[in-house]
Amino acid sequence: MALVILTGTLKNLAGGEAEVEVAARDVKQLLRMLGERYPALAPHLEHDGYAIAIDGEIFQDVWFAPIGPDSEVHLVPAIRGG
Amino acid sequence: MTVPGVTQKNLKIVGTRPLRPDGVDKVTGRAKFGADIHVPNMLIGRVLRSPHAHARIKSIDVSKAQALKGVKAVITCADLCDLPSEFIPAGEMMVNFKDMTRNVMAREKALYEGHAVAAVAAVSDAVAAHALALIDVQYEVLPHVMDVSKAMEPDAPLLHDDMYTIGVEPKPAMPSNIAKRVEFGFGDLEAGFAKADVIVEREFTTKPVHQGYIEPHACLASVSEDGKAELWCTTQGQFIVRAFCAKLLGMEVSNLRVTASEIGGGFGGKTVVYLEPLALALSRKACQPVKMTMSRTEVFRASGPTSGAKIWVKVGATKDGRITAAEALLKYQAGAFQGSPVQPGAMCAFAPYDLENVRIVGFDVVVNRPKVAAYRAPGGPISEFAVEGVIDEIAKKIGMDPVEFRLKNAAKEGTRAPYGPKLGPIGLVETLQAAKAHAHYRAPLKANQGRGVASGFWFNIGGETCATLNVGEDGSVAMVLGTPDIGGSRASLSMMAAEELGIPMEQVHAIIGDTSSLGFNFLTGGSRVTFSSGMAVVEAARDVIKQLRSRAAKIWEVSAEEVEWVEGRARLLGEGKDKSLSLADLAKTAGKTGGPIVGNAAINATGAGPSLATHLVDVEVDPETGKVTILRYTAIQDAGKAVHPSYVEGQMQGGAVQGIGWALNEEYIYDDKGRLENPGFLDYRIPVCSDVPMIDTVIVEVPNPRHPYGVRGVGETPIVPPMAAIANAVSNATGYRFTDLPMSPPRVLAAIDSQRGG
Repeated sequence: MALVILTGTLKNLAGGEAEVEVAARDVKQLLRMLGERYPALAPHLEHDGYAIAIDGEIFQDVWFAPIGPDSEVHLVPAIRGG
Repeated sequence: MTVPGVTQKNLKIVGTRPLRPDGVDKVTGRAKFGADIHVPNMLIGRVLRSPHAHARIKSIDVSKAQALKGVKAVITCADLCDLPSEFIPAGEMMVNFKDMTRNVMAREKALYEGHAVAAVAAVSDAVAAHALALIDVQYEVLPHVMDVSKAMEPDAPLLHDDMYTIGVEPKPAMPSNIAKRVEFGFGDLEAGFAKADVIVEREFTTKPVHQGYIEPHACLASVSEDGKAELWCTTQGQFIVRAFCAKLLGMEVSNLRVTASEIGGGFGGKTVVYLEPLALALSRKACQPVKMTMSRTEVFRASGPTSGAKIWVKVGATKDGRITAAEALLKYQAGAFQGSPVQPGAMCAFAPYDLENVRIVGFDVVVNRPKVAAYRAPGGPISEFAVEGVIDEIAKKIGMDPVEFRLKNAAKEGTRAPYGPKLGPIGLVETLQAAKAHAHYRAPLKANQGRGVASGFWFNIGGETCATLNVGEDGSVAMVLGTPDIGGSRASLSMMAAEELGIPMEQVHAIIGDTSSLGFNFLTGGSRVTFSSGMAVVEAARDVIKQLRSRAAKIWEVSAEEVEWVEGRARLLGEGKDKSLSLADLAKTAGKTGGPIVGNAAINATGAGPSLATHLVDVEVDPETGKVTILRYTAIQDAGKAVHPSYVEGQMQGGAVQGIGWALNEEYIYDDKGRLENPGFLDYRIPVCSDVPMIDTVIVEVPNPRHPYGVRGVGETPIVPPMAAIANAVSNATGYRFTDLPMSPPRVLAAIDSQRGG
């Protein structure tokens, strides 16, 4: 199962859990599963425009980027440059 | 390091310095900028702006203005959609259209001096100006708040009574001016600080500064009677303008065609809309084209600067130079509506360093100032100014060379960034090594002179991008792009297309298409265009090559697998190696072999890698006046691969110069009523040529493995280190630690006098 690491605000919204194992195949599935597991997280995942870092590579606004069974996943705020 | 998809050794065009394709039009005045277009029956639009920093709008009477001869339309907020408070995707952005519709035209309240409250379109500028004077707005003036800390106090004047801080659990019981709290970090701060031999803790302030683009906002809108509309404007993203305006006016996006003009600077400030929806609403009402331009005063009063901020930083380190813990608190002004760049500021703050224990908390705070817009590496320069000052001080306290200290703690591939993920290949160490080896770093200094060093981190982004390559019947290539060219992308993208196709760059002609010419493109920003559009162009070129090989195969009656594309020619593999057809040969017969040859790419680019920089600066401080003179400046940056090194150097130099202005002179000055006192370049002092020496540049190339040419975007990173580098230099020259920007002569003199006991 992929390891989702939550820090800061997201960790607080997930009841203080810093590491969560999720059996998700892609980003869309992962966001849905996280939202179901932690209802307080759901609106933030939907509205805050999070990007997903899978094994260090940041994917912005991509539903179907694959997540491997041993992947390390981080949710990071989407970056908008100047 | 090898980069997939291309042979780095045999590059013929990428990495060279050809003449810029837009040069002739720019130097002859032929290039058309936002205000350079005129059409028959065109009206002139003007905006009535609030004289108050915070006021309830009790009533607006436009009857006298409407009755004035020559006035064709008057609009207020009633002519734009009132939209609910919800975040909706617009391109890659999550946009709260309730705020956007209120920012382009005040609804219940005017929230800053300069906030638009009505607009008119008339047959001339004089008539429009007269009409504005006839609009009667009744205000109830409210207390205002300009300072970020004061705005956070419980009894501060409240800008929005429905603003409850996001990111705080449980949800606050009372509304406040704090829109959002963000937090990043990991490790055990207490344990980290306990290990430290030296701890430095300081507060810093920065003032809001404007992007300072030379070309004011301008547009021309024409809405026909059947609801179809055309819009010409100076923007960093025609598709984003289309998305925003369609939403604000209740239009289908396909009914609005937006063309990006040439752009006289944007730096992030032209990623939003101001005049565009107003011009469309006026044109819709008048059934005539409407042109609108901002004066410089309006640009300052009503378009986004970046945040002013208060930052607290605490860093601990061992005597031998290892950082043990790092903590920061960031309070960023958002202006009148939420959305300061505190989030990226927090993510970047300590990103150049490899840390075990780190925590950054940030607050997004509304105040009665214009809503901030992105400004080159939004948020990063502010937080990293503070962090790099503390890093410099720690190095000094433990008696270690500041570059050496940074090298000892530098982030590298595999480092866990403070915002979570592990970093891929990055070039910070290489920039620091180049700084250490540079002659600048060993040059002697005289009395009243000081040297400063600072590093900086900024992300790159990818995003939705399209490109089309149309092969002409003579073998030339018309390349249609969807990302406005701000920093030389027509050159860099033409070069990559030519490199792929094996033809001279002069054979590729790039244009920026309108929103009906190609699929959706996210805007030019986030240092993304040479990276993302480059990926799209390479993909489109490879699509063309595939078709060319297929056409040649048909002609030679072989399979496409038996044809290779080398140096701009199709060649038969194996025994028929002497057989070849050029691009021009194949283009000439395209009709006979299957029709026009068009290469397309529509991608959502991923794999962007951050770019890091280290800057060196020498200053001299006049002890009698406090004036800081920049004596020497060297900017060193990882470009991944410099496609056109002259443009990369130009970005590095431009970022450094903007940073010099931010560091030494630029600030908004308001009176006690919240009215801007210096809305012009005479009193808001951006650097001029005589303020800066030649900015020396060193390009480091640590390829981004996810781009076919190894590209990292370079446009934003160069503005991250300058303020800290200059503050460190001024501190070293005077012996006084400077923590507040700008370091203008009166402030520097006051600091020198305080040391003299004056």
